[in-house]
Amino acid sequence: MTPEISYVIDTFFALFAFVLIIFMVPGFAMLEAGIVRTKNVTSVLMMNTMIYAVASMAFLLIGYSIAFGDFGSDSMSMWAAFLFQMAFVGKVINIMSGGVSERAKVIPLGIFAIIMSSVIYPLVVNWSWGSDMLEGTVFDLTMYDLAGSSVIHSTGGWALLAAIMIIGARHGRYPKDGGVRVIPASNIPLVTLGAFLLWIGWFGFNGGSVGSIASKESANAVALTILNTNTAGLSGAIVSGLIMYFIYKKLDITMVLNGALGGLVAITAGPDLYNIYQPILIGGIGGLLVVAAVPFFDKLRLDDPVGALSVHLVNGIWGTLAVGIFASNPAEGITFFGQLKGVITIAIFAFVSSYIVLFIINKIIPLKVAHDEELEGLDVNECGVEAYPEFKRAF
Amino acid sequence: MKRIEAVIKPFKLEDVKEALTGAGITGMTVSDVKGYGRQQGHSELYRGAEYVVDFLPKIKLDLIVNSEDVDNVVKIIAEAAKTGKIGDGKIFVSSVEKIIRIRTGEEDEEAI
Repeated sequence: MTPEISYVIDTFFALFAFVLIIFMVPGFAMLEAGIVRTKNVTSVLMMNTMIYAVASMAFLLIGYSIAFGDFGSDSMSMWAAFLFQMAFVGKVINIMSGGVSERAKVIPLGIFAIIMSSVIYPLVVNWSWGSDMLEGTVFDLTMYDLAGSSVIHSTGGWALLAAIMIIGARHGRYPKDGGVRVIPASNIPLVTLGAFLLWIGWFGFNGGSVGSIASKESANAVALTILNTNTAGLSGAIVSGLIMYFIYKKLDITMVLNGALGGLVAITAGPDLYNIYQPILIGGIGGLLVVAAVPFFDKLRLDDPVGALSVHLVNGIWGTLAVGIFASNPAEGITFFGQLKGVITIAIFAFVSSYIVLFIINKIIPLKVAHDEELEGLDVNECGVEAYPEFKRAF
Repeated sequence: MKRIEAVIKPFKLEDVKEALTGAGITGMTVSDVKGYGRQQGHSELYRGAEYVVDFLPKIKLDLIVNSEDVDNVVKIIAEAAKTGKIGDGKIFVSSVEKIIRIRTGEEDEEAI
C-alpha cells in the first residue's frame, strides 16, 4: 500500500472512531436523564452539554499542547489525530456529571471541567500516552493502557470521588437513623438507551485507540480489540445479572447495564493484548465488582446516583491491573508492578489535584444548590425549563 | 342523583368498563391515583437496596347515576373488579346536588 493511501485510510479511521466516541455524549446524557428524578432531568442534561462543550474547548486551546506538545502526526491528518484525542476529554468529564447529579450546580462544575481538561487530564495523558515529561525519572509511567482504563476512567472516577466528598449526598439519601433511602430511576428506557449508546461508542473508543487500520496486521488488531471489547460487555451484563438474581431473586436492569459498562471499562486497558476468551473473565469480574461496589459506596455514604464510581473508578483500576495479570510481558515492558505503579500514581495525582481545585471553587461558588432549590428540583430553579411540563396525558 | 367513585386495580379497568357498558352506563371519568389501605404498600428492589412503595398505583372511576340504579351499578363494579386478593379497592357513594351538561345547558337527570 502506498503511504498516501494508508494516510487517508488511517485519517478516515480516526474520524470514524471520533464520531463513535461522540455517541457516548448522548449515551451519558440519556443514562443520567433516566436515572434522576423528573424534577432534575433538564439540569443533568444541561450539565452534560455544558461540561462537554467547555472541556473540549479548553482541550483545543490549552490541554492538547500540554499533553502532546504540538499538533502533528505523520501517519494521519493532524486534525483527525487531534479530534480523536479531544473526544476522550468529554468522557473524562462526563463520568462526573452523573455522579454529582440532582444537587450540583452547572457553573462551578463547568469551571472545574475547564481546569480538568486544560491541565489535570492533559498532564495524565502527557505522562502516559503523550510527550512524557517524566521520562527517565523515577515517576515515569510504564503501564500499558491502550484506551484509558486508568488514564480516562480512573482519572474521571477519582475526580468524581473528590467532588462527591465535597458536595455531599442528596437530601434525605442517608437518613440520620441509618440505612439508605432509595431514590428510584424515573425513566428506565432512557437508562437502557444511554447504556447501549455508551456500549456502541466503546467500539470507537477502544478500536480507534489502536491508532491505525491501514495494514493487515493493524486491521487484525483493531478487529480483535473490538471483539474483545464487546465480549467484556456481554460478560459484565451476564455476570451482574446472575449475581443479582442469586442474591436478590430479582433482575434489576439498572444494575445489569452498570455491570455491562463495568466490563467495558475493565477491558479498556488491554483489549488488543488478550486472546478471545480472557475478556470473558475480565469483563465478568468487572460486572461482579459493580454489584459489590454499589452497596459498598452507599455504606461509605458516598452518594453516586448512577454508579459511576463503581463502573469507572473501580473497574478502571481493575482493568489496568488485569493487563499485568493476564498479559504480563516483561520483554515489552508490561509488568504487574508497572501497572500497579500507574494505578497508584494516577490515583494520587488525579484525586489530590481534583480535590484541591474543587475545594477552592467550592469556597468561591458553592458546588451544591441551596437546600430549598434541591427540594423543589434543579430544573425549575437552575434552568427554568422543566423536562416534562405538560399535564400527564394518561392511556 | 348519586356519584359513585370506585378505586380499583389498574388491570381491572377494562373488565369494569365492559361490565358497565353492558349494563347501559353511557359515560365515566377515570384517573390515575395512588394510595394504600389496611395492607399498606409493598417493597421493591433498586440497585441492591430494598425500599417500601407506600402509595400503590390504582385507577379511580367516577360516574353519576340515577338514585334507583345505584345498587345495581355498585354490584356490577364490585363483581368485575374483584380478584379476592388484597388491594382490590373500595367504592364510595355520595349524593350529587346539581349536574349541568356544558354543551346544551341541560340540567340534573337530563344531563346524566
